[in-house]
Amino acid sequence: MSLTHYLVLAAILFTIGAVGVLVRRNAIVVFMCVELMLNSVNLTLVTFARASGTLDGQVMAFFVMVVAAAEVVIGLAIIMSIYRTRRSASVDDANLLKY
Amino acid sequence: METVPADGLIAASWLLIALPLAGAAVLLLGGRRTDRWGHLLGTGTVVTAFVLGLLCTLQLGGRRVDVELFTFVATGSLDVQAGLLFDPLSALFVLLITGVGALIHVYSIGYMAHDPRRRRFFAYLNLFVAAMLLLVLGDNFVALYVGWEGVGLASYLLIAFWHERPSAATAAKKAFIMNRVGDVGLALAIFLMFAQLGTVSYEGVFGSVGLLAGGTVTAMGLLLLLGACGKSGQFPLQAWLPDAMEGPTPVSALIHAATMVTAGVYLIARCAPIYDATPTARAVVLAVGAITLMIGAIAGCAQDDIKKVLAYSTVSQIGYMFLAVGLGPIGYVAGLAHLLTHGFFKAGLFLGAGSVMHAMGDEVDMRRFGGLAPHMKVTFVTFGLGYLALIGFPFLSGFYTKDAIIEAAFDRGDGWGYLLGGLAILAAGLTAFYMTRLMLMTFFGRPRWEPGVHPHESPAVMTAPMVLLAVGSVLAGFLLVVAFPLEGWLAPVFGEPEAAEHVVAPIVVSVLVTVVMAVGVLTAWLFVGRREVPVTAPVRVSPVTRAARRALYADAVNESLFMRPGQWLTRALVWVDNRGVDGAVNGLAATLGGSSSRLGRTQTGFVRSYALSMLGGALVVAGALVAVTTG
Repeated sequence: MSLTHYLVLAAILFTIGAVGVLVRRNAIVVFMCVELMLNSVNLTLVTFARASGTLDGQVMAFFVMVVAAAEVVIGLAIIMSIYRTRRSASVDDANLLKY
Repeated sequence: METVPADGLIAASWLLIALPLAGAAVLLLGGRRTDRWGHLLGTGTVVTAFVLGLLCTLQLGGRRVDVELFTFVATGSLDVQAGLLFDPLSALFVLLITGVGALIHVYSIGYMAHDPRRRRFFAYLNLFVAAMLLLVLGDNFVALYVGWEGVGLASYLLIAFWHERPSAATAAKKAFIMNRVGDVGLALAIFLMFAQLGTVSYEGVFGSVGLLAGGTVTAMGLLLLLGACGKSGQFPLQAWLPDAMEGPTPVSALIHAATMVTAGVYLIARCAPIYDATPTARAVVLAVGAITLMIGAIAGCAQDDIKKVLAYSTVSQIGYMFLAVGLGPIGYVAGLAHLLTHGFFKAGLFLGAGSVMHAMGDEVDMRRFGGLAPHMKVTFVTFGLGYLALIGFPFLSGFYTKDAIIEAAFDRGDGWGYLLGGLAILAAGLTAFYMTRLMLMTFFGRPRWEPGVHPHESPAVMTAPMVLLAVGSVLAGFLLVVAFPLEGWLAPVFGEPEAAEHVVAPIVVSVLVTVVMAVGVLTAWLFVGRREVPVTAPVRVSPVTRAARRALYADAVNESLFMRPGQWLTRALVWVDNRGVDGAVNGLAATLGGSSSRLGRTQTGFVRSYALSMLGGALVVAGALVAVTTG
């Protein structure tokens, strides 16, 4: 399998994630789409690391995972508390912070 | 004559200023706790100051004593030492201020007995005495200026003492503003001294005034004269003094008759070396004195308010003093002698007027008086003596000192001398007319009282000072001119008196003045005493009377020349400020605010639209990177 296959797969995953973030209302789904985008980037990083034979990309991927894990904790907590107060997980309902 | 360092009691002459100042501080800071004994403290400080001043004067003996105190200002090349100059001239003023001041404080105990703010009144009076003493005792122009402003403040506070009356509040503002005009002149004169000579002490300035260019000295003299005109109610700044009669009568007696308004005469007499060097400025002093003399006398003839008659009389008498000091060395002593005797009889007259008002329920309209002589015997006799002294009845105070001024005017020897002397004699006749009119309308004739008024003599605490001032009015002229001539006492200041060459024999002048005075009295009797005085002022009167009633339109002139253009200027400036300056600032703020609220509309609160804009931004950045790397 050539480099291109991996990159095309990563691009497809990223696009699915981005479109999901833009079109879905459910906060959990949006959240999962964000994870999908992050992981597609991880795939890209690891792919290039393998191709170039260095470890830089892999190290970077680990960082992304750690940050993503922390972000998941915070993000899920926020979604939980929004759900408790508004009885809804729709991102469109959490629209108080505006002009 | 050189000054000598202070010794003995004179070294403590700073107490003269400190005592009344401490009195004012205690009474103002002490609050209501001092209400019960405040008036006694206020009177006590001034009486003590008088005793101290008297002892210092006895020790003085014709020397000029410099009392070093402390460094007032020391910055760079400006070095002002606070010190006092106790010389025969300032000693005279110290005695006048504390002597008449003490009597008026005693009188005020009775006059203000029923006023709830009597303590405050005494505090202000003490403040005035302290400031006035600083004015006459300072040995440099900055100390004089501090005192000058201090008396202005005290005058303002006391004119507006009954500030719940709008007329009193307005009169105080008028006095303050017109004084400010004069004070600017004095301040500029001091700046000029510092800029040209680098010093503001009397010694330094008078010592080196000869080195200056003629124009500079003339400017200095004219600026000092402007200051003197403001404080002394002289033409063209005379309009505030009659309005200042809104204050309590003791204030009118002390500040606006006997002491503060004579500060201008003091200033010009003290600055004799400057005026010696500038005949131009001296001639202007002379002109101001002569004009004011006539304005005051003419306006005094048509007033119905007893205090305003006395006020215009003060304006006119100070005009005499300005005329005298404007004559130069031959006039200084005559002017100062008139200042002292005027302090006595005018203070006495004002206290008498206060006593009359006290008896008549604060009525001031003379058309509502009449026939008071049998009801107020002490007031009548003391007021009458003051009246005779003022009009120059032979051998009373005014006779000696006014004659001396008129003689000095004739002694100039030229045509101007005759003109000034003639004006002064004419004004003496007018003085006799308006004062006789006042006497006839107040004490003689049929009573024209408001119903329910029961005149009664004032208490002893008020009549005693009046009696003492009446004695002073009778004797002061004789003492100062004949018994102990003032020339000798003031010789260390103005130099030894020269044997005057009289152009017109003094006896001729005296007879002439006395005859003119008698004509004035007779005219007043013909116009006022002989007939019934109408209770309301007649409306159909000659244009001259109408002009005199309005004080020769001084207020109208001030209003049309200064007030109206000033208001226009203010309105124009306010318009520029509102529309121009505020417009620019507010316009900028409104533009920023408007655009920010329009931009704020993009913050919709929908997370997904934010995400879209982030994606768009990322795409733009990525596209730009691609374009840069490939291009």
